[in-house]
Amino acid sequence: MAETILEVKDLVKHYPLTQGVLFKKQVGAVKAVDGVSFGLGRGETLGIVGESGCGKSTVAKMLVHLERPTAGAISYKGEDITKLSGRALKAVRRNIQMVFQDPYTSLNPRMTVGDIIGEPYDIHPEVAPKGDRRRRVQELLDVVGLNPEYINRYPHQFSGGQRQRIGIARGLALRPEVIVADEPVSALDVSVQAQVINLLARLQSEFDLSYVFIAHDLSIVRHISDRVGVMYLGRVVEIGTDTQIYDHPTHPYTQALLSAVPVPDPQARAHRERIILTGDVPSPADPPSGCPFRTRCWKAQQRCADEVPLLAVPQAFSSGPAAHPSACHFAGEIQPPRADSLR
Amino acid sequence: MPEPEHPAYDPLQPGQGEAIAPTGQGGPMDLALDEAESLEKTLGDQPSGPREKARSLWSDAWRQLRRNPVFIISSLMILFLVVIAIWPQLIASGDPLQCDLSKSQQGSAPGHPFGYDTQGCDVYTRTVYGARASITVGVCATLGAALLGSVLGGLAGFFGGWGDALLSRVADIFFGIPVVLGGLVFLSVVTSTTVWPVVGFIVLLGWPQIARIGRGSVITAKQNDYVQAARALGAGNGRMLLRHVAPNAVAPVIVVATIALGTYIALEATLSFLGVGLRPPTVSWGIDISNAASQIRNAPHMLLWPAGALSLTVLAFIMLGDAVRDALDPKLR
Amino acid sequence: MLLEVRDLHVEFRTRDGVAKAVNGVNYSVDEGETLAVLGESGSGKSVTAQAVMGILDVPPGRIAGGEILFKGRDLLTMKEEERRKVRGADMAMIFQDALSSLNPVLSVGAQLGEMYEVHRGMSRKDAKAKAVELMDRVKIPAARQRVGDYPHQFSGGMRQRIMIAMALALEPSLIIADEPTTALDVTVQAQVMDLLAELRRELNMGLILITHDLGVVADVADKIAVMYAGRIVEAAPVHEIYAAPAHPYTRGLLDSIPRLDQKGQELYAIKGLPPNLLAIPPGCAFNPRCPMARALCRTEVPPLAQVGPDRASACFFWKECLGG
Repeated sequence: MAETILEVKDLVKHYPLTQGVLFKKQVGAVKAVDGVSFGLGRGETLGIVGESGCGKSTVAKMLVHLERPTAGAISYKGEDITKLSGRALKAVRRNIQMVFQDPYTSLNPRMTVGDIIGEPYDIHPEVAPKGDRRRRVQELLDVVGLNPEYINRYPHQFSGGQRQRIGIARGLALRPEVIVADEPVSALDVSVQAQVINLLARLQSEFDLSYVFIAHDLSIVRHISDRVGVMYLGRVVEIGTDTQIYDHPTHPYTQALLSAVPVPDPQARAHRERIILTGDVPSPADPPSGCPFRTRCWKAQQRCADEVPLLAVPQAFSSGPAAHPSACHFAGEIQPPRADSLR
Repeated sequence: MPEPEHPAYDPLQPGQGEAIAPTGQGGPMDLALDEAESLEKTLGDQPSGPREKARSLWSDAWRQLRRNPVFIISSLMILFLVVIAIWPQLIASGDPLQCDLSKSQQGSAPGHPFGYDTQGCDVYTRTVYGARASITVGVCATLGAALLGSVLGGLAGFFGGWGDALLSRVADIFFGIPVVLGGLVFLSVVTSTTVWPVVGFIVLLGWPQIARIGRGSVITAKQNDYVQAARALGAGNGRMLLRHVAPNAVAPVIVVATIALGTYIALEATLSFLGVGLRPPTVSWGIDISNAASQIRNAPHMLLWPAGALSLTVLAFIMLGDAVRDALDPKLR
Repeated sequence: MLLEVRDLHVEFRTRDGVAKAVNGVNYSVDEGETLAVLGESGSGKSVTAQAVMGILDVPPGRIAGGEILFKGRDLLTMKEEERRKVRGADMAMIFQDALSSLNPVLSVGAQLGEMYEVHRGMSRKDAKAKAVELMDRVKIPAARQRVGDYPHQFSGGMRQRIMIAMALALEPSLIIADEPTTALDVTVQAQVMDLLAELRRELNMGLILITHDLGVVADVADKIAVMYAGRIVEAAPVHEIYAAPAHPYTRGLLDSIPRLDQKGQELYAIKGLPPNLLAIPPGCAFNPRCPMARALCRTEVPPLAQVGPDRASACFFWKECLGG
């Protein structure tokens, strides 16, 4: 792997549950993120997949400092940024930017496109001299594939896909090194999604960006990611290269997730083996003991309730295509299913 | 608005197109922005007309207001009221304080269409001059309440925490003050004959309502992703509040303030009627109504004209508030 | 034929003009058959369904023409009273957002039971027993204990099951499901789609599945109607359409799905943006985005023409599309 630009270690975010009006008493915590670690190399795309409530968006918010972690460290080029504030924080923020999910709520409806994309320069005036800003904004519009003459228009004059391009241009304005994209295409029409994915891929090579790409669409994540982390109930249950995760999944949750994805091929209907999970994701306020997935897992045994499985490479696959970290006691016993589970 | 046939569909016309990221097969984009907007989540969210360049939400609201007959009628009425409040001599040549007791309670006479009141003053002149007090109190009280309420409410909503809790409790206390009883107690100790004690009292009672609305809409606006986006860029609280939250939270405050203006005018008249609001020699509809009330059997015209003027004024402002709400309410957009 | 929609036109009056949401849609569903209506937002797929159900907001909406034949009778010319009997009892709808489709202040048991009380005149006690039975049928665990729970006490997947139960209550012969799993997670989506397919088989119902997800369609549909700008641009049995689409829009949608062998390459993307319904391009609505567009496409509206035993395409150059 190339130089590690961002490293997350044992990241935890608990939202306290309180009772009482005047004298607030903590009665518990929603464990939104419960010990997440991963690294991101320069120019790399790390995909994070998981279902709603697994904590993937909370991780994204902590990466861009919109939420403060309860514990753990986020290192940017070796420096822990979780405790920063003031000027030092502002400097780091320049380098880690975010693209939001909903292009309808992420752009201020009262500002023109030029003001929205130019705002980063107002906040960080050292990046661009005042006289230069308009030109820069127009360049950015051009880069994301919008007509630079639209600089004076308002967001509601654009469609969803175009708004997402505006959001991307805003994220690019400060020339960041890392972009955290939280479900950047899931609110878009199918025919527009591919355009935005292509744009993100092109910008990555053009500006040498590193992406943390959060999504629930597994086929899109596979397309764009170099490595993929699978999250369940606030933890990373499996992480590896795209081939390792998609072709050799060793965690039962990953296997179930992959098999549940509808395949756009009616021929596959007959001979596809599907694992249909029973039940729902437990509440993060009251997660099960031991392995978080055990309540829905068909392999669960007593050990899974007693012992938290660690995210580690199973001994049985210490080398070979399946050698990647998986947080399952029985990861080594699980035969990776056939590779055609996802085209 | 009729949609003219749009030349931009012609793919042979270069230069109008939007450059989209190169797709697999490349080729120039021949779609202009305007027709390309999809029918978004709701059919109400409609794209702009082809000819327009920039259309802010404010100019959209203005466009809609202009076409609303309720707005046109009410704003013409208000314009008229404001003009005669400033220059009453434009339509009334007499002096409202020059009275002739010998003409007490007489009916309409040439040059004095509304007749005379008990003191023998010209009702027409007094009705015209009465607009000044009502408009002054209404406008000043609304400005004061809106300013105080939106600043306090906005800050409380934006920062939250103990300041917010404190403000909410204080507002509750003010809500608890009964208007008439409070007015009787508070204003009876005041001796000034200017409008300011009344304005002050109305501001004191009115700000919590605006603060509540302002707080609520700031909390709603603050949760939008664009505020988070600004924060992720490193924006400070001032910028977030002034650039992102306030402009998106101000609409409900404007609506409530406009409607409140009408009710404040009615409140001033009520207080003056009870004898604790404006005092003579200030000319006020409330005072005139109060003086006329006891004579309603003998000389109904004394009551009719100032009361009618008051009702029309209140109505005009409430209609304006309604029209503004229709134009600004995001749910109808 | 259970349901036949013929040349349906629906318009919406908006502040900026008349939006032509549906412009001459034809489709049909038979008993025991699953028709998938595929399209993007604004394609008219949901509006068509709302017109069929009779739940279109009028105004601003207006049915500008066409027929909706249900068991041979035209719903559009029926009296409102008769129509109400059909709706809910003989055809039912499942919505995307189960939480807002359920009444938050009534227990789910009461809401399910209401169907029997209103339409079948059952007593409250019998209705409740029926509600438990229904919840069992849609595989809600511990139905007897949960019948008194309120909608917010259920998870998203369970709520969608309750919606399905409600739709099934009076054993309709047609179910319209409007993006029934879009709001759900992948693993839950699989459960719900399975349940829906199983119940359809059991009860031999017709099912109209409205979706934008090509994967879901491939999993459950018998035939597909692809909609674009208020028209059906292609209709075909599910196997044939995936193997060889006969309209460039369908082809574009299929090609833009990420494939394993394209990893690291650019995805195929349909250029441009979905059309503005206030100003649908003249000729074929897809022409500004179409890689095959020619002069003819900009002036003439291509009719939905027969291109095979069971398939139709609204493209002048469908042969070219099928071939290449």
